[in-house]
Amino acid sequence: MSPNLIWDLFKVYEIINEISTFVEIKNKEYIMSVLVYTESEQGKFKKVALEVASYAKAVANQLGTTVTAVTINTSDSSALGNYGVDKVLNVTNPALDAFNANAYADVIKQAAEKEGAKVVIVSSSADSKYLAPLLAVGLHAGFASNVIEAPSSTSPFTVKRTAFTNKAFNITTINTDVKLVAVSNNSFGLVENTGSASAEDFAPAIPDFAVNVQSVDKASDKVSIADAEIVVSAGRGLKGPENWGMIEELADVLGAATACSKPVSDLGWRPHSEHVGQTGKPVASNLYIAIGISGAIQHLAGINASKVKVVINTDPEAPFFKAADYGVVGDAFEVVPALIEKLKAFKAQQ
Amino acid sequence: MKILVCISHVPDTTSKINFTEGDTKFDTNGVQFVINPNDEFGLTRAMWFKEKQGATVTVVNVGGPETEPTLRKALAIGADEAIRVNTEATDGFAVAKQLTKVIQDGGYDLVIAGRESIDYNGGMVPGMIAGLTNANFVNNCISLEIEGTNATATREIDGGKETVTTALPLVIGGQKGLVEESDLRIPNMRGIMMARKKPLQVVEPVTTESETTSVSFEKPAPKGAVTLVAPDNLDELVSLLHNEAKVI
Repeated sequence: MSPNLIWDLFKVYEIINEISTFVEIKNKEYIMSVLVYTESEQGKFKKVALEVASYAKAVANQLGTTVTAVTINTSDSSALGNYGVDKVLNVTNPALDAFNANAYADVIKQAAEKEGAKVVIVSSSADSKYLAPLLAVGLHAGFASNVIEAPSSTSPFTVKRTAFTNKAFNITTINTDVKLVAVSNNSFGLVENTGSASAEDFAPAIPDFAVNVQSVDKASDKVSIADAEIVVSAGRGLKGPENWGMIEELADVLGAATACSKPVSDLGWRPHSEHVGQTGKPVASNLYIAIGISGAIQHLAGINASKVKVVINTDPEAPFFKAADYGVVGDAFEVVPALIEKLKAFKAQQ
Repeated sequence: MKILVCISHVPDTTSKINFTEGDTKFDTNGVQFVINPNDEFGLTRAMWFKEKQGATVTVVNVGGPETEPTLRKALAIGADEAIRVNTEATDGFAVAKQLTKVIQDGGYDLVIAGRESIDYNGGMVPGMIAGLTNANFVNNCISLEIEGTNATATREIDGGKETVTTALPLVIGGQKGLVEESDLRIPNMRGIMMARKKPLQVVEPVTTESETTSVSFEKPAPKGAVTLVAPDNLDELVSLLHNEAKVI
């Protein structure tokens, strides 16, 4: 064999080597996953966790990749497999028992970096809304919030979000390499998948808290407005705080959260935490029942994301009738007790 | 204590929302602009710190000259000075970058921004400026006390509230509760006259890129007519909710 031929063979070998390295890099890029933060409360997944997992699966399908979920102090993460998650990173650390936006954002960032995730998904719970902008800065990720549908395109990455407090939708593209999406609660729904998720422990570094919880005031026996599938809401038509017994009873029968209009909270009849509308809490329930609420534009904006709306009002001209799916023109003091009885009978049959 | 209150210039809460230029731009025609309600609660709380604790209050907006009346209104309510960063607010990140420059130049101890603007509803500017300036951050804040460099705040959580302690420098994502609706101030004639003489500084923007782009807007499909049920026929309502709407 001539020295030249050996040299040529060596060159060929080098080229093959280079090609295979290139292919390896390409593969690595290909296997980057979608990361989803699946939040829990006292060890159990919140409903929004399963919704964002479902959303992450839809995005992963579009990108031809897999879903990795990160959990923090969740006792059993096996349910995630049913919603399309392929792999779970379980973080277990007593230091993270109380929510801390800084620390949680940093944990999710470390998980995203470990997985090389290009798309990160969070919910629109109060906690996730708190940590998401910190996470966006940490990951240098473009951030779209209040997203209600799977991306219409992944290149450019295009999502539909609510804007003008539910009076409009905004089509937005995210231009950065890493993308952060906050999914609007109760917009995408739960999508079951057959599958099972592999689980591994993940022990990220925990940064300084900087903000420390002193006390938590939370009614554990009540459904929160954010989590509720049904919200029963009442307004000034109820004439006084002493008349809320029937509202609470109706909510009880339906397993619903109670809410109120702005004037009612301004008058101090009900706590601020129940005020829903443009400057109050947003509502995106399956069923919203408005009792004695006329339907000011600011109120309607805040509750418009609810799927089905029922209004009960004495005034047939109340603007709420234009926004509602079902309406009863009648006196709340007669209609509500009667409706409670009908619903009790209906529930007993079920 | 130096306080910076971030003011969004937004359509009044009762505005009809329409779009122009092929549904890519908000139609400002006939629309009255106001201080973003969530920011106004924060501004009013800042006035309390000014009057009770001798804080100075600067208000800032990122936007064109058309936003100046909104800043003047904040001055009429009682802010000491105003800054307008002379650039269009293209996305939450770009606004946060502009505000970060203002915060770093001014050395503010406390930055109060609304939890979200009622137009774009991004809900990201307060958290992003906290991240970019390395300040502590409390979102959905419904009460705030400052003692020296220590802060005690209450934030709304899903289904309740939680009280936290932290330290300055601090960024707040504020909302109703920081003050009550009845505490909000309508500028009086004296305030309006004084506001004309207060400094409103226009600063040029830093170079930054938008991380997101608004492509277009859509309005929700018009709703069908309401189905009325007679008050003595509530069985039908239960049946409609169960069989037709499938929500119970």
